[in-house]
Amino acid sequence: MVSARDPAIPEISVRSVTKRFRGAVALHDISLTVERGEFVTLLGPSGCGKSTLLKLVSGLSPASDGCIEVNGMTPENAREIMSFIFQDPTLLPWRTVAENVGLGLELEHAARDLRKERVVEMLQLVRLDHVARRYPRELSGGMKMRVSIARALVSRPRILLMDEPFAALDEMARDRLNEELLRLYAEQKWTVLFVTHSLAEAVFLSSRIVILAAHPGRITHELRVDLPWPRTAETRESSEFEEIVTQASRLLRGVVMA
Amino acid sequence: MKKKSLLLLNSLIVLACLLGLWQAVVWLNHLPAYLLPGPGAVALAALDRLPSLLNSLRITTIEAAAGLAASIVAGVAVAMVFAQWRWLRQLVYPYTILLQTVPIVAIAPLVIFWAGPGIFAVTVVTFIICLAPIIANTTQGLISVDENLIHLFMMHKATPSQILLKLRLPNAMPSLFTGIRISAGISVIGGLTGELFAGSTRVGEGGLGYAILYANNQMETSYLFALVVAATVLGFAFFFVVMFFEWLALHNWHESSRPQTAE
Repeated sequence: MVSARDPAIPEISVRSVTKRFRGAVALHDISLTVERGEFVTLLGPSGCGKSTLLKLVSGLSPASDGCIEVNGMTPENAREIMSFIFQDPTLLPWRTVAENVGLGLELEHAARDLRKERVVEMLQLVRLDHVARRYPRELSGGMKMRVSIARALVSRPRILLMDEPFAALDEMARDRLNEELLRLYAEQKWTVLFVTHSLAEAVFLSSRIVILAAHPGRITHELRVDLPWPRTAETRESSEFEEIVTQASRLLRGVVMA
Repeated sequence: MKKKSLLLLNSLIVLACLLGLWQAVVWLNHLPAYLLPGPGAVALAALDRLPSLLNSLRITTIEAAAGLAASIVAGVAVAMVFAQWRWLRQLVYPYTILLQTVPIVAIAPLVIFWAGPGIFAVTVVTFIICLAPIIANTTQGLISVDENLIHLFMMHKATPSQILLKLRLPNAMPSLFTGIRISAGISVIGGLTGELFAGSTRVGEGGLGYAILYANNQMETSYLFALVVAATVLGFAFFFVVMFFEWLALHNWHESSRPQTAE
């Protein structure tokens, strides 16, 4: 699934993209192809533009130069098949958990019955059906993030764009959510573009890691993660895992030092 | 709950002590009622002229409430326009501050000159004085929305009106209520000020401001005190009504109404 290049249109195709902010080059000549079903993580020091690249793919911010296609469409036109998950849960505090999860369908004027059904389904998926009527302020950080994920999944996206979604959580909550994310990934067969600055998280989740350097932001290395699927908590204890983390760490150190 | 009723009892005791002290000062110094009436004399004056006191209270209540309500409607509408068009906000917003700095005692005679004396003119004065806090606070609430939330709505292809109604407006509710609370307090002052200039279309009958002026001219100091107490209570009542609506609208989700666990 990971190694074979599909002759069909790639899910995400970034070709010679440059992004400038008021003259400063944030991203320089980025080319990246993500095939259907891949879990690709962008890893790099702060200021390398990994979040910016994610914003470009989502169409929330336009590229200065180059071309981005999502399933053969412009990012704006591909919004229906994409969902963005932010670093903060960004829940609407005045809505209950269920109302937050149903937001996307509501904005798209989906029928009430369908909405209800999907919300229940998504809350079961992230194991939060027992807090459907609660308000965000009553939830823990990890629970809020799961609500945010449920909200992103409710419109059945094919592509997930995740911008350091677990960065604000403690390590235990983060590990648990990583495992949960992979369980869903195996079930739902998404394509994922994930941003993090945590090495262990990147290695655990990804089928491929893309390492970026800063000033200007550019891709320096790519690293395949050939750990067997399904990955569980035990995967983190294997010697192969340690090996890849060491390898990635060495590459990343080279990038930061340079 | 027990603690709360104890607190209430204590405040009532403090009130009783203050009233007792006041009465004692009047008695011990043999002050005449026209100079400083005791609380007893004030209560008697209030009872004696209860119908006209209640009528004045009714008139001022109508003026202040109508002016406040109109300022909320107009203020929210203006704030929504400001939130939607940034350039317009930058162009016009500074001038709304003039509403706050303009001396209302100077404006009131003008308004009465234009609108003619009576309840309507006083309502307009109240409206003017209440408008600025509503506009300022609501605008702030409408524009200070987390950028990621805007992005979230954009990812779902939300229309501008969906962003306004489902994101900006609910986000502005807490600051809108802050504005209303400020305006509720000054709405009664606005009403009284307006009435000082043109509270009445018939001699001897008008709102609290007019009645205060009248009682002052007639040297009915006891009744004057009763009117002042009535105006103060009215301001309090406005404030608490707004607090109640605020609680109703926000207690489910907003931090301000989270039950206090520690003191």
